[in-house]
Amino acid sequence: MIFGTKTSPYMHAPQGVGQVMAQVIYALVPGTLVLLWFFGWGVVTNLLLGLGFALLLEALMLKLRQRPLLPFLTDYSAVVTGWLLAVALPPYSPWWLLLIAMVFALVIGKHLYGGLGYNPFNPAMVGYAAVLVSFPIEMTSWPTPELTSIGQISLTDSLQQVFLGGTSHWDGLTQATTLDTIKTHLRLGETVSQINQGQAFGWIAGHGWEWVSLAWLAGGLWLIYQKIISWHIPVALMAALAGIALIFWLINPHSYSSPLFHLVSGATVLGAFFIATDPVSASTTPVGKLLYAGGIGCFTYIIRVWGNYPDAIAFAVLIMNMAVPLLDTYTQPRVYGTKGRFGS
Amino acid sequence: MLAILREFWRSTGGLHLKDYHKDQSTQQPVHKLTATAVHELVIPLQQHSGHKPKLLVKLGDFVHKGQCLAVADGAISVPVHASTSGNIIAIEERQIAHPSGLTDLCMILKPDGHDNWGDQRLPPIENYTAASAEVLRQRISEAGIVGLGGAVFPSAIKLKVPDPIQLTTLVINGAECEPYITCDDMLMREQAAEIIIGCLIMLRALHEHAPTQGLDCLVGIEDNKPQAIAAMQTAAAHANDSRLKIVPVPTQYPTGGERQLIHILTGREVPSGGRPTDIGVLCHNVATARAIYQAVVLGQPLISRYVTVTGKGVAQPQNFEVPIGLSMQTLINAAGGYTPKAKGLIMGGSMMGVALPNDQIPVVKATNCLWVNEQEAIPEALPCIRCGRCAEACPVKLLPQQLYWHARARNLEKVEQYHIFDCIECGCCAYVCPSHIPLVDYYRYAKADIHTQNEAREKAALARERHEFHQERIERAKREKAEKLAKHKEAAQNKTTDTADKQAAIQAALERAKAKKAQQAATTTASEDKPA
Repeated sequence: MIFGTKTSPYMHAPQGVGQVMAQVIYALVPGTLVLLWFFGWGVVTNLLLGLGFALLLEALMLKLRQRPLLPFLTDYSAVVTGWLLAVALPPYSPWWLLLIAMVFALVIGKHLYGGLGYNPFNPAMVGYAAVLVSFPIEMTSWPTPELTSIGQISLTDSLQQVFLGGTSHWDGLTQATTLDTIKTHLRLGETVSQINQGQAFGWIAGHGWEWVSLAWLAGGLWLIYQKIISWHIPVALMAALAGIALIFWLINPHSYSSPLFHLVSGATVLGAFFIATDPVSASTTPVGKLLYAGGIGCFTYIIRVWGNYPDAIAFAVLIMNMAVPLLDTYTQPRVYGTKGRFGS
Repeated sequence: MLAILREFWRSTGGLHLKDYHKDQSTQQPVHKLTATAVHELVIPLQQHSGHKPKLLVKLGDFVHKGQCLAVADGAISVPVHASTSGNIIAIEERQIAHPSGLTDLCMILKPDGHDNWGDQRLPPIENYTAASAEVLRQRISEAGIVGLGGAVFPSAIKLKVPDPIQLTTLVINGAECEPYITCDDMLMREQAAEIIIGCLIMLRALHEHAPTQGLDCLVGIEDNKPQAIAAMQTAAAHANDSRLKIVPVPTQYPTGGERQLIHILTGREVPSGGRPTDIGVLCHNVATARAIYQAVVLGQPLISRYVTVTGKGVAQPQNFEVPIGLSMQTLINAAGGYTPKAKGLIMGGSMMGVALPNDQIPVVKATNCLWVNEQEAIPEALPCIRCGRCAEACPVKLLPQQLYWHARARNLEKVEQYHIFDCIECGCCAYVCPSHIPLVDYYRYAKADIHTQNEAREKAALARERHEFHQERIERAKREKAEKLAKHKEAAQNKTTDTADKQAAIQAALERAKAKKAQQAATTTASEDKPA
């Protein structure tokens, strides 16, 4: 009998890139649902437009780069990028904001570098940073959860806001984020506890954000349980951020927010479990991951507290992305039977 | 006996598979096949790693079972024996177990159907505990015993430990971590007592290198083989030797790798590029131990071995004791033949086996398993997303993703920096890769590339050396010629001055003669004046 010959191993784990990305998408569902609860239709429009643009741009770029469409569209990496950006941008974002963000993310951040696996920067954060720098007003006006939660704004109003923009009463429905509020009010000389009395604040951070963060946390823990991500990055990121916050908070609780506030506010949890863990642009060695994520935590605090931008996960991630090749080179684990990194 | 608590230094990495596919071939006892009914046995001359043995038989010779067909020739070599009695009907190139269909010199033995030993059994060494190490090694070598775990390195040479080395532990490998393979499992279930005696013989052969309390002999068996563990424990208890310890180890591919098992059992790492003896450990396979028992106690050379025949492509997966040289086709027919699912034939397991182009290939000493698989289609490879699963799975703690990156770019210097030569090609990385990248192929390619480059470099260095020598020789010849010429010239010049001297001498002599003559003439004239 004649047989075909292949090379070992002849067995393969069933899971492919598509399944890995699909798990990430499942893990994003609870957080997205909580966002939907607090912000209504705006989350749906963000998501649908974001995913639509992401897939369209991905297909277009694959076509231009003469790559096969099917294997790369079904790896769902564009869906993950689109989803992350859609939930990172304020709900009810105008369609053009989403489009510009997606162009920066997928065209410039991903495909111009060579597509899946070759992007040195986190594509979603490239898109986010680009629109944050370019359109600060749109990017910092988050809807107020009490006024925009599910059912309070009709679908037609939502669509009008997204596609035609600037409905007259819209300004009344948005507010600065808690991180932004803290920053501006601290500069006015108020103390953290005074600011926390404001109506935008819930029991820890922004009203409703505790629940959003908890939902991201649940999804993230599930990803660790499923071994899609390792614990190193989320733990190191949150530990570094909370650690620095704790030091300054202990020194002066009137001028610095509590570590818990920093953990729950903004995109900390989303960033720790879903953004910084993007394998392509993150460090891959265990020690490298700890340093990479620790760096993100530090930069997040520095930019949040002393920088000009209210939230900082995006910039912190992009900065640490640049350090990854170096980290990977110098944190090679000790190989069996050798003494050190390059020794034998 | 003291209960011994042994800490497990768990190797990180490796695979925890849901199904090792071992049950399908362990459902019935081992079936012993004889070579009496087959029309020919194809016995390759070289079945071990090392030097080719020297043929002893000629075309048409009658040989008894167990008769030596070829003797060891060279430093690393073992003899080959007849698996049954019969006639040598041909000595020719035949296909051997190699993915490319490579051929090698084989002795074709036509069995006479009697399976007759004649007087070819080696004299049994019954009192092996008193035999000298040299005698035992000699017997193990002349019985043609090689490592049956797959490396087929001559066992006697492995047992000849260099003098200054003191051993602490003899590790007997019964881990059998590869999916599908069960031949060692069945051997331990059925022949535990023989394996234990084999271990005791090895301990005796190593006694000169043992500490005063004796070597520790640790038999590592993966804990997914409870029957084998129980059988071995019973046999060890029966032997009543405190040096023997049966140690269940966690089921985790590739625990059966020599270096991995040593690490798990002793907590010590074999140095990169070194040998287990560097840390006072020696490792042998359970099947090798049994072969040593047969050679020493029964006087039988290595002419058969346990082989697993398994996979969805065979009708009745099971284990056989197979005479060396039996065709794989005959063996698979003994297991009920192929099923319609048969698409690939692999010698070895699903992680490190060798795919064979057809079944007209003889079973050799290295054949532990024939796996007839379905060959499921592997999806096309996607780009690496650096997820790092490969690094988590790597039992050597390499960074396969970085190795892949540099191997793809043919940055061989980097590849070496990332320790490619510590890669054991176990296949864990390629197994877990969600992008389905054939990582091991890249590493094999890079290793071969580095070897070729080194060879080319060495050749270039040699050529340069030769060229320089050649140049120098030409220069020297020129120089010598010039020197010679100069000497000649000088000599020639000396010659001319010589002739001048001579001429002067002649001249002087002539003048002297002339003067004498003149003088004589003068005297004559004077005397003429005198009256005579």
